[in-house]
Amino acid sequence: MKVAVTAQGADLDSPVDPRFGRAKYFLLVDTDSGEFTAHDNVQNLNALQGAGIQAAQAVVNLGAQAVLTGNVGPKAFTTLQAGQVAIYPHASGTVRQAVEQWRSGNLQPAAKANVEGHWS
Amino acid sequence: MKIAIASGKGGTGKTTIATSLAHLAATDGRTVAYLDCDVEEPNGHLFLKPQILREEPINKLIPVVDADRCTHCGLCSQACRFGAIACVGQQTLIFTELCHSCGGCLLVCPQEAIREVPKPIGLLRIGTSGPLQFVEGVLNVGEAMSPPAIHAVKDAAPDVDLTILDCPPGTSCPVIESVRGCDHLLLVTEPTPFGLNDLKLAVEMARALKLRFGVAVNRANTGDREVWSYCRRQRIDILAEIPDDRAVAEAYSRGEIVVESVPQVAECIRSLLETLQSGAPA
Repeated sequence: MKVAVTAQGADLDSPVDPRFGRAKYFLLVDTDSGEFTAHDNVQNLNALQGAGIQAAQAVVNLGAQAVLTGNVGPKAFTTLQAGQVAIYPHASGTVRQAVEQWRSGNLQPAAKANVEGHWS
Repeated sequence: MKIAIASGKGGTGKTTIATSLAHLAATDGRTVAYLDCDVEEPNGHLFLKPQILREEPINKLIPVVDADRCTHCGLCSQACRFGAIACVGQQTLIFTELCHSCGGCLLVCPQEAIREVPKPIGLLRIGTSGPLQFVEGVLNVGEAMSPPAIHAVKDAAPDVDLTILDCPPGTSCPVIESVRGCDHLLLVTEPTPFGLNDLKLAVEMARALKLRFGVAVNRANTGDREVWSYCRRQRIDILAEIPDDRAVAEAYSRGEIVVESVPQVAECIRSLLETLQSGAPA
C-alpha cells in the first residue's frame, strides 16, 4: 500500500512536516517494499490560496491510499476524502518513525479536519 | 470628477474627511455622490444618516459543474490560478469561497459542463443624505472576497458632478478595486511612524496605478515631522494639514459631520475640496 507522508526533506529521516497543504515534500512510501519517492510541493508552498486543495489533489494523483501528516484543514480534508484517501493527522518524528507509528496502529484516522481553514 | 479617499493605515480619518468633503460639496449646490467602498466595515452612514430608498443583493458569479457532462479531465483545475477547483477520482470539487469569478474554468472546459450561477455576497444600499446621493455596499459576514461588492457599489454610482469614494484601508485588492479609475486620489495619513510606513506603501500603489495623488496629514500638530520630510524628498504635495482638536473627536463620537460642528476644520476641508477640484499639481 502507498502512503504519502508530509516531510520537511526528501528522505525517510527528514522530520514530518506538520503542515499538509504547504508541506515542503510529499514522500510516497510503499509500505510493502519500503521503497519511496520524494515529490516536492513548491508550487503549493508558494500558492496565495488553495494550497490544501491542490496538495490534496496531487496526493490523490500520486495514488496514495493514506496520508500521514501533522494537521489537515477542512478543504484539504474534503478533497482527500473525495479521492478516497484515509487521513492520519498528528504524525510526528521522522518520516520513518511516522510510518512505523501508522504500521503499529498508533495513529488514528481522522473523521474531520483537525484545524480550521484560513478563510473562515 | 471622481475623488478617492484612501490611506495605508486604518483610523487616519478617511471617513471623517470623505463625509466632510461630500457634505460640503453637496451643500454648495453641485450634484455629489458619496460611495462607501469600505464594504467590510462601512461606517459613512453613521455620519451622513442617509435615507435608504433602495436595497439590492450583490452577487458574484460562481461555477457549477454538470456532473453528467463532466469527464473529470482536470483542465478546469489546472486553469484555476486561485486553486479553487480539485478533480479527484470521479469528482470535480469547487470551493466557491476561493473563486474570483474569472470565468477561466468555463472557457477551458471541453465538455461545456460548467455554467455560472449568482451567489449573494452582500447588500447594496442606495439613498440620499439631504442633497447628497449615497451608496454603500455591505459584505456578508464570513465572505472572504470584497472586490465584487466594491465593483457593485461603483457600478451603482449615479451620474453626478462630483463622486467621493471612501476607500477601505490598506493597499491590497479591495483598495485597488476602489481607487481604480479615479481622477484624483487623496492619501490620508497621520504624523506617526505607523502612518508614514503605510503612507509609503500607499504612494507605491498610487504610482503603480499611475494615479494623480496628494496627501492630507490628519492630527498634523501631533507626532513627529517625518511625513513632511518624506513628502518633500518624494516631491509629493501635502494638500491639507488638519489639526488635532478634541472638538473633532467629540463631534465624531456623536456621529456628527465634522465640517458641521468644527468651524476651523470646515475651513481646512473647504480649501482641500477646492484644491482637489482645481486640478492642482500631481
